[in-house]
Amino acid sequence: MMQYKGWEGFIPGKWCNDEVDVRDFIQHNYTPYEGDATFLAPATEATKKLWDIVCDLTKKEREAGGVLDADTKIVSTLTSHGAGYLDKDLEKIVGLQTDVPFKRALQPFGGIRMSEGALEMYGYQIDPEVKEIFTKYRKTHNEGVFDAYTPEMRAARSAHILTGLPDAYGRGRIIGDYRRVALYGIDYLVQKKEEDKLAMNGDMTPEKVRNREELADQIKALKGLKAMAASYGCDISKPAETAQEAIQALYFGYLGAVKDQNGAAMSIGRNTTFLDIYIERDLAKGLITETQAQEFIDHFVMKLRIVKFMRTKEYNELFSGDPTWVTEAIGGMGVDGRTLVTKTSFRILHTLDNLGPAPEPNLTVLWSKRLPLAFKRFCADISIRTSSIQYESDDLMRPEMGDDYAIACCVSCMRVGKDMQFFGARANLAKCLLYAINGGKDELMKDKKTGKPMQVSPEFLPIYGDEALDFNEVCAKFDNMMTWLADLYVNTLNLIHYMHDKYSYEALEMSLHDTNVRRFFATGIAGLSCTADSLSAIKYAKVYPIRNEDGIVVDFRIEGDYPKYGNNDDRADELAVWVLKTFMKKVKSHYTYRDSVPTTSILTITSNVVYGKKTGNTPDGRRAGTPLAPGANPMHGRDSNGALASLESVAKLPYEYSRDGISNTFSITPNSLGKED
Amino acid sequence: MTGRIHSFESFGTVDGPGIRFVVFLQGCPLRCQYCHNPDTWGAGGEEYTVDDVVQRALRYKNYFGDKGGVTVTGGEPLLQIDFVTELFTALKAKGINTCIDTSGIMFHVDNAENVEKHKKLLSVTDLVLLDIKHIDDEACKKLTGQSNQNTLAFARFLSDNGTRIWIRQVLVPGITDGDEDLKKTRAFIDSLKTVEKVEVLPYHTMGIVKYEKLGLAYPLKDVSSPTKERVMNAKRILKK
Repeated sequence: MMQYKGWEGFIPGKWCNDEVDVRDFIQHNYTPYEGDATFLAPATEATKKLWDIVCDLTKKEREAGGVLDADTKIVSTLTSHGAGYLDKDLEKIVGLQTDVPFKRALQPFGGIRMSEGALEMYGYQIDPEVKEIFTKYRKTHNEGVFDAYTPEMRAARSAHILTGLPDAYGRGRIIGDYRRVALYGIDYLVQKKEEDKLAMNGDMTPEKVRNREELADQIKALKGLKAMAASYGCDISKPAETAQEAIQALYFGYLGAVKDQNGAAMSIGRNTTFLDIYIERDLAKGLITETQAQEFIDHFVMKLRIVKFMRTKEYNELFSGDPTWVTEAIGGMGVDGRTLVTKTSFRILHTLDNLGPAPEPNLTVLWSKRLPLAFKRFCADISIRTSSIQYESDDLMRPEMGDDYAIACCVSCMRVGKDMQFFGARANLAKCLLYAINGGKDELMKDKKTGKPMQVSPEFLPIYGDEALDFNEVCAKFDNMMTWLADLYVNTLNLIHYMHDKYSYEALEMSLHDTNVRRFFATGIAGLSCTADSLSAIKYAKVYPIRNEDGIVVDFRIEGDYPKYGNNDDRADELAVWVLKTFMKKVKSHYTYRDSVPTTSILTITSNVVYGKKTGNTPDGRRAGTPLAPGANPMHGRDSNGALASLESVAKLPYEYSRDGISNTFSITPNSLGKED
Repeated sequence: MTGRIHSFESFGTVDGPGIRFVVFLQGCPLRCQYCHNPDTWGAGGEEYTVDDVVQRALRYKNYFGDKGGVTVTGGEPLLQIDFVTELFTALKAKGINTCIDTSGIMFHVDNAENVEKHKKLLSVTDLVLLDIKHIDDEACKKLTGQSNQNTLAFARFLSDNGTRIWIRQVLVPGITDGDEDLKKTRAFIDSLKTVEKVEVLPYHTMGIVKYEKLGLAYPLKDVSSPTKERVMNAKRILKK
């Protein structure tokens, strides 16, 4: 006899033996699916009607200039708003961020200035009392960071050699294991956290005090989540008993996270294999039909599509849009060799047909050579028609992360409920190379007081003379400058994350993690290909510096040609590898906050445009202000040996030095993938 | 031995079966009005050794799967038939599928030495993509500057030799898309024993940029791509 009614019919295991272990539950109970897509059901009338409502609101929002409605007074918490609906009678999965659809929440804990500024941009005025509270009585993450920043950190920030630092907004990238809400119910989870807190005893070091306080916050958040669900008439205190309840409980977990945090990326995890178990149970019992199962998934996905945050226009410019990065990882293979593809993997991708293509949720297929052929074909078919699927290599990530990891943002992998991360924006290495040449003086920015070029790093010896740049000299100076930059970067992040934990702790998301969580320290690199090509130009062609009246090298004259990254040419590709490894080794040499594990990513998917604007002419011939390549992409138009050569260059970047992910943006027209007959 | 090569494409998906490493050889005796690679016509390119090209191709072996391999095209690859033969010999030794995309224009049926060379090449060639420019000899001369007799003779030679053939027909409105010509082409195809496939390649204008770069006049300025209907029509006739 199972402990809970919701567990009846499931195969028991460690998961239900006084533990929290969702993976164990999945492994005991899921049904791999190797068949094709013919079983799928179309959208129901209710789905179509609801989607029409969403489309109508989207249109109105666009006409209103990007924001339809915004809260100016009520600070968003788990229980700040009453229930909200698109159409209560039609919705199978309920829950909105505020009490009205498309009304954006007020989330000032990351920074009141960001909240105030964002509201003003769209013609709203923040409530004076809220402003007073968050300036006079309640400090924000943003204020904490700027109180503690060193002048050097500020300079590096305004020169944009460090870019996109999460110092004025929520860091995001933490994925709660929202499945736990469905599988265990809140009461069980609270009890487990209480036990952990009780065991956290002994010398009250600052670390232990903080851990105890955080656990207390987690417990409060779990209780808050229960209250939030109750306001929708749902009881999530016990394990979910049906598929609809499971999806609903899981979604409430996620909804709580986005009510609590306006994070840069609010990903949802890896849920389809888990949910499939509930759907299969209900289908077997005859409780639901395939049409109903699809309807639940459609309504769930619809809710994920309308997650919205109040952000400034600069922020949206940085990310080329208004992304929320609700990444859902799908499929992959289990470590035991069975595929983790289930019918629900098909169902969630099928939402792209039932609701039409959309960028969110960011449906991400964990690709393996060994995925079932029918699933591969289905993915290819959907991709060709909608261009809405992201692919990542499960074969690359599984050996390190096991088979229950998910993706935060676009490429950053973490074991669900067991790992969290401190998101850390990017160091612009193309600019760092220019600093090496100019001794740490910025090539674009002037010191406001003196009118002379701004000295950002300590004064390093620049490169003198007008001779062609010497490769060995540049590399030695670049190495030194990377040492400085890595040091400053890591310490800036240490400071930022201390403040984020202190003033904007993600209590709900962390309550859905193991208490002894592994933390990653996720740094990032921008401008890798530009840097590699610049070094290649200096090494294989002749690159002459051109100076301005201040003696700053502001441009380069290139004589001859040079091998370019992106052509599967080791001469250039090895330079990219050298840059990555050198920088990462320097990052690793530092203390990282809360003993987190340093990782790095090469993944600027859209912000490469903005970073490029702040970067002067580079030795590869790239013009000042023009975009850097996204992620680990070769520079635009320089890969002249076709797609595989380009991909092979990227594939040479060692993943063990870039565990947080390597992204390569790849567009291809269906016609160039071959002929139909 | 070295060959003069215009460029490489690591992800060729339209020149033969599967994913292919495509080698564009430099130089061509034809001047097809619709040519989208005029930069491969004349002198230029870079010299590469056979071993160099083999090493490059081998990097993509993992992608070739069951069907893919290496395709040589151009320009007219058989202008450098000795190089291609040596290249293919080396590739076959590595178990790689080989394919030639040619107009057959270099085949001289009356020249024993020439025929022997082609025969030797075919012994290491898995597939020939044969581009029949125009079935009508006069029209062919006008379109390409050369007679089609060598091409047709080469087709018969391939057929007799048992070499697998894919016939390609570039479809240019008003020039190669007339029903009568297409039917004649089909009749010719029917006389061959080893044709596995007929490909209709709709003419496109993406080559214009290259003509401008090279300072050449573009001969088909006023011709646009064929309509879907015309393409369907050609497929109906040629593929029946």
